[in-house]
Amino acid sequence: MSERIVIDPITRIEGHLRIECEVNQGKVVKAWSSGTMWRGIELILKDRDPREAWIYTQRICGVCTTVHAIASVRAVENALGLEIPLNAQHIRNMIIAAHGIFDHIVHFYHLSALDWVDLVSALKADPRATAALGQKLSGWQHNSYEEIKAAQEKLQALIDSGQLGIYGSGYWGHPAMKLSPEVNLLAATHYLQALEYQRSINKVVAILGSKTPHIQNLAVGGVANPINPNNQSTLTMERLFYIKTLIDEIGAFIHEVYMQDVAAVGAFYADWTAIGAGVTSYLAVPDMPMNTAGTTFDLPGGYIPDGDISKFQEIKSFQDTFFRDGVKEGIKHSYYDGDWTKHPWEEETAPKFTGFQEDGKYSWVKSPTFNGKPAQVGPLANVLCMYAAGHEPTRKYVTAVLNTVSSLAGSKVGVPALHSTIGRHAARAIRCALLHDTLGRQWQLLVDNIGRGDYATFNPPTFPKGEQRGFGFHEAPRGNLSHWVVIADGRIKNYQCVVPSTWNAGPRNGDDAMGPYEASLVGTPIADPQKPLEVLRTIHSFDPCLACAVHLVDGRRQEISRVKVL
Amino acid sequence: MAVLILGVGNILLSDEGVGCRTVEELEQRYQFPEAVRLLDGGTAGMELIGAISEADHLILIDALAAGRPPGTVVRVEGEDVPATFQTRISPHQLGISDVLAAATITGDLPASMVLFGIEPESMATGLALSAVVRAGLEKIIKAVVEELTGLGLPPLDLVDTVDGVDVVD
Repeated sequence: MSERIVIDPITRIEGHLRIECEVNQGKVVKAWSSGTMWRGIELILKDRDPREAWIYTQRICGVCTTVHAIASVRAVENALGLEIPLNAQHIRNMIIAAHGIFDHIVHFYHLSALDWVDLVSALKADPRATAALGQKLSGWQHNSYEEIKAAQEKLQALIDSGQLGIYGSGYWGHPAMKLSPEVNLLAATHYLQALEYQRSINKVVAILGSKTPHIQNLAVGGVANPINPNNQSTLTMERLFYIKTLIDEIGAFIHEVYMQDVAAVGAFYADWTAIGAGVTSYLAVPDMPMNTAGTTFDLPGGYIPDGDISKFQEIKSFQDTFFRDGVKEGIKHSYYDGDWTKHPWEEETAPKFTGFQEDGKYSWVKSPTFNGKPAQVGPLANVLCMYAAGHEPTRKYVTAVLNTVSSLAGSKVGVPALHSTIGRHAARAIRCALLHDTLGRQWQLLVDNIGRGDYATFNPPTFPKGEQRGFGFHEAPRGNLSHWVVIADGRIKNYQCVVPSTWNAGPRNGDDAMGPYEASLVGTPIADPQKPLEVLRTIHSFDPCLACAVHLVDGRRQEISRVKVL
Repeated sequence: MAVLILGVGNILLSDEGVGCRTVEELEQRYQFPEAVRLLDGGTAGMELIGAISEADHLILIDALAAGRPPGTVVRVEGEDVPATFQTRISPHQLGISDVLAAATITGDLPASMVLFGIEPESMATGLALSAVVRAGLEKIIKAVVEELTGLGLPPLDLVDTVDGVDVVD
């Protein structure tokens, strides 16, 4: 007998996400991913000055403000054929890298680890055995008995208080929770430590971007950070060296904690390396431009069709026509008027809500395709593309993580295991280490360039009469993001954002092929349809930008607070 | 005592952004003592934990959809603030709920908290506030100024001053 599971959490941060699954004989047989809120940013941007579009686009999403600002200025610069000074590239790259590191750490520890880690079980752990385990995994200095014991006491106090808050919705004791109490406690200890480290790396974004959230330092044509080594009100050497300290501090946490924890979760949940692959065509864009025109990059990107790494095709520049011509969006199953598949520059925005129809329209999210097919985006796509491109540092970290997993699991785990739910977590940790390396490198390049007497940060844009079309892409924490702009006589005529969560959360496309979320759920084992932890594990592994999917809020909870009307 | 005035919400969804709009207005109209920090938090979540943990007293401003007449301003205090964000009455409760829960775990929750919430009328796509919420915003500004004055940290009204010097009528 088949059964329906509907997960329909509530929030408005980035729009709601509703997942509906049909379960038969303990496995998901059909799935629908449905975005239940329409935003319509295009309508706000129409007729505005292209130079200010980034200020509005960074409000689209509360989790990834910075990335929409970056993609927007790149799109307008692309339309104008405008290069930006080298210092501006490096400063933007540092913001991108620091934001990505912050985001990946928060995602693993604070937004998804509790799908795998049972906090209640951690209370039963022996802190001494936990410390011994931690010291076996890495040389991390904060795996001491004292620190682990203190973390366990904090957890105990939290659980005793009965005020679990958001943690109250965790599936403690679920049959799919398989870690030993000691592994649970070690992960919980790192969960608390991660709260400190993510704060410190976010300071890099705040210093360079003037503010966080919502950076202030961008401009079409560069950045608004004046550089003068001798003037205290500008980006001075003193500030740059403080940034270097912050970069160095987080390195040990990424290598000795994050990567090890991911490997441990992968090894203890080795069955999850065979679950959740879904769509295995991968799309990632190159990022960290190394010259003013954006024709060379520190991190490569491209397209892998049907999981076949040997067929990788590289995306080479900000002007790349393979990328530009390959992206389309369709609305056959989306709440817009009609049934078309169009290039983003040609799209129109005509919402038409019809309600959930499983064979018809059922989502506000459009259905993007690359060369006519759905594509998975995100750190896994990014890492596989860099691996396929022969990027040496990527190969080094992939090998290191797989070796750790293999030794903990006691059996050989290879690259094919990455096409999975757990593989997405592993790839995110690998990407985090790569971003950290590139952050250090961009810092050095900036300091060296200033040392050569180049203080330029901005090339003023000019808007010619007539129409220009541009696109700007960015490999964001959740995958490739592209903004598409049509400018007419200096004003925005059309604007479309093709965002990572659209690629992954999109509904069936014009050919009725499932989107990545949907395809990844088919075949997932479900122990208890009333507590569909397994569905959450796979959806969370994508790091859905629809933050509603992050935790399940109990909608039946009563309003318990006291309010005073003024 | 370090005070954080944190406005949250999404300015692209009209009244949903009233928290951010209130912070904008406060910044334009007043000069604040050094101990008072203003922050437009947008719809961010964990990115706010640094600013929140540095505060002894948190003043949150947000749209709260609770079925009251649009524009109604409510004041919530102390432990009821995190509780409010755990129920479904804030349109973007999860971001703030995560931060407050995380700050509780690490012991960084501000010693005292006040939330000024305002019932939205429209959450349609658009940058402008509805008239009724615009009027409610004025109530919140007045309440925030009173709150700060009560804490011994009154802001200086820039509208009544010229070059920082009080204008005598």
